[in-house]
Amino acid sequence: MRQLRIDLTKCNYGRDCHHECESDCATKVFKVDDPALAALHIRDHGDGKGTAILCDQCGDCVVVCPAEALKRNRLGVVMINKKLCVGCYMCIGFCEKEAFERNPDWIEPYKCTSCGICVKACPHAALEIVEVPEPAPRII
Amino acid sequence: MSHPESSTPIVRCEVDFTQRTEYHHGMEAIKAAHKLLAEATFTPTLPDKGYTNRTLYVNVGTREIMEKPVTQQMKDIFLGGRGFGLWHLWNAVTPATRWNDPANEIIISPGPVSGTTQYAGSGKSLVVTLSPQTDIPIDSNVGGYFGPLLKFSGFDALELQGKADQDVILFIDGQKGVIRIEAAPLEPVDSHVLAEVLTRMYAEDDADRVNISVVSTGAGADHSLIGMLNFSWWDHRRGCVRLKQAGRGGIGTVFRDKRIRALVCRGPVVKGGLNNPADPETIARTGIKFHKEMRANDDSQCKMRRNGTAHIVEIMDAYDLLPTHNFQYGSHPDTHRIASPVWQARCTQETVDGCWYGCSMACAKGADGLVLKTGPYKGHTVTVDGPEYENAAGLGSNSGVFDPDDLLELNFYCDTYGICTITWGTLTAFVMECYQRGILNLERTGGLDLTWGNAAADLEMMHQMARGEGFGLIAGQGIHKMKAIFEARGWGDPKLMADIGMECKGLEYSQYMSKESLAQQGGYALTNKGPQHDEAWLIFMDMVNKQLPTFEDKAEALYYFPLFRTWFGLNGFCKLPWNDVVPSDNASTSEPAKVPEHVQNYVDVFSATTGIRIDKDELIHQSAKVYNFQRIFNIRMGKGTRSFDIPPYRSVGPVTREEYESRAERYDKQMMEEIGVDPAGRTTDEKIAITRDHRMKRYNSLVDAVYLRRGWTPDGVPTLARIQELGLDAFPEVVEIVKNHGG
Repeated sequence: MRQLRIDLTKCNYGRDCHHECESDCATKVFKVDDPALAALHIRDHGDGKGTAILCDQCGDCVVVCPAEALKRNRLGVVMINKKLCVGCYMCIGFCEKEAFERNPDWIEPYKCTSCGICVKACPHAALEIVEVPEPAPRII
Repeated sequence: MSHPESSTPIVRCEVDFTQRTEYHHGMEAIKAAHKLLAEATFTPTLPDKGYTNRTLYVNVGTREIMEKPVTQQMKDIFLGGRGFGLWHLWNAVTPATRWNDPANEIIISPGPVSGTTQYAGSGKSLVVTLSPQTDIPIDSNVGGYFGPLLKFSGFDALELQGKADQDVILFIDGQKGVIRIEAAPLEPVDSHVLAEVLTRMYAEDDADRVNISVVSTGAGADHSLIGMLNFSWWDHRRGCVRLKQAGRGGIGTVFRDKRIRALVCRGPVVKGGLNNPADPETIARTGIKFHKEMRANDDSQCKMRRNGTAHIVEIMDAYDLLPTHNFQYGSHPDTHRIASPVWQARCTQETVDGCWYGCSMACAKGADGLVLKTGPYKGHTVTVDGPEYENAAGLGSNSGVFDPDDLLELNFYCDTYGICTITWGTLTAFVMECYQRGILNLERTGGLDLTWGNAAADLEMMHQMARGEGFGLIAGQGIHKMKAIFEARGWGDPKLMADIGMECKGLEYSQYMSKESLAQQGGYALTNKGPQHDEAWLIFMDMVNKQLPTFEDKAEALYYFPLFRTWFGLNGFCKLPWNDVVPSDNASTSEPAKVPEHVQNYVDVFSATTGIRIDKDELIHQSAKVYNFQRIFNIRMGKGTRSFDIPPYRSVGPVTREEYESRAERYDKQMMEEIGVDPAGRTTDEKIAITRDHRMKRYNSLVDAVYLRRGWTPDGVPTLARIQELGLDAFPEVVEIVKNHGG
């Protein structure tokens, strides 16, 4: 399956970039002019360290969705079918990576689709799309 | 309460949860036999801040179909759900009306918050009718999709009145705005078949099945007073219909007395904001916060996602609280055979088990792949709901049945026959004790060997009832009427039967031992509808945690908790997410038993849905209006006063020598320390009498304290001052009833 990964030795958490990964994700993928509404988040802790919140396509959200609105596509990426989504947000609540997102103006949540736009935007080449084996579904 | 073995690995059930016997092959012929009897159109509308502001009235006898407005007074005083049900029923009946009069109604109302998809346990329907068992209003809180789909079609409640002259189906199409009453002469009778057939029949395509909910009952409801209603939803992972039960008090019996075969609602496609709440952002934030709490805490607390409510079987046994052999004892050496690890392994864990969208507690477990050994479906492979704790205890330990497959089969047939599992468990325990004590024997039961644990005889008694024959017909009358029948036939000592027949107001007890918890004795016997634990479950606070040491403490708990829990039923909430998981810091709050953070969640979700700002005190005030109205309704129907709040002694203390002697150390110690009487040298009979006198005096002192706290007279009648405080003096008949009874 396609999975977004980050090399934290290359990313410096936005200290000398403008969070282009988040900006491009928000504007080009979700058509909103607010990096806070991107599907990935890079946090600078201010002590030389930071964290990246990324969806790794683990599929836990697929297991908990009561409407079967979340399914893997042929590339193994978990996609949301907005027609089926009932806006219950269990996918958000049960995501251990805190990577399932919500825009307060929308009923349906959203997530990273491993599209790679952020990869192209990163000036440090810290992000990449890799092919990894699909994990077995977990009982949640 | 938390399990000591908090991080045990999940046991997977090896059964294929998509495989079961199919029933829809003859559907076209069944459908072709339908005949349209009446049709009306309406304009489907979505709720505004949780209310559609109209209800649907259907008289299946006259075939009248009518919309009614929801008045501001209805919302101000009755809120919705059970409140709307009681108000409609009050207007429909007189003090002389009985359950099988055409005037009696069945009202189904979801409540203003019901249908919310973001907060767990927000999809409930409340059902109200005059009970054939108690002759007073019964209310039942049930999952499944019917209530939310009814509301999203355009109605805050459905009133069913009259009696049809043939079997009918009421179809409400919330997509097309059509309501039809159809003659249904060839329909299957039992719920697991009927709901499956009707879901497929009324769905326009495969994807539409999820928009269908069926309310039905089964053959048991035709021949008993203990019929219940099954509310369905389409389980798309399993590829079958699932059922949840409006169990208590015989609502299914009323349903069949009206010759209603089923209700079918086809709602709109469910989305996240169909209630059009005033403040969706607060609901979203609160819902996600709760989902995260479930994710973090459920495995180390109640394991509701794994085991459902059956997680407490072994806990009850450990505290001597698991009803065993008709509430004689509180534990049994074989309990491990029906304990939660068994159900975890037997229930499918790979699927999603909420009875409404967004319920992260997901306790509606399903045991798949059961091959039936008896009855009309012998050899069929079926999915069984649960079993829930009440079923494991009632159909299991209380009747001495400890074989999990027997218990599942009993559970299955209760459900598909449309009878209440709790009631069946308690009444079977009663007849088995009658058999033990010679009140019944092989001749009197028509050959049923009702010894403890004889599941084959238990099942045969149930099949007899469903066929309308044999001793099963008598059993289906419930304990209250069985006692009279046995007495009339000269079969037993009426006093003993009164002591061991676990019913109050005509309703069977649910499955908790209250002998060692005075507060729970009141929690059961002081209920409005009869002894069901959904009003007050105080055993652990009182007996285990010793948080209610005085009469006043117990009275306060019996003031607050019944009102707090009533509120769930006014809004369409489930009780379970309130305290079957708690925040990690709950124990350090000032009132952990109330789960303060969750109370605030409910305040927030209600306010954000309706736009009516409340706080935790106003929440209790809202409930008090309906609770006191229901008490007065009981008085109006000839019950509701102190003499109807007296429990059978089995729920208070040891009735028999073997009961006393089995826990002699406990009772002797209490006699010495609490009563101040030295048990030494006394016979068991003397000690039973002394204990009984003490415990009944103590119970009556509790009743005095509770009535005082509730603002009721010593006879249990709400005072005029109390009803004025609650605004119930707006109804002249309420005032008249209260005045006539010294209130």
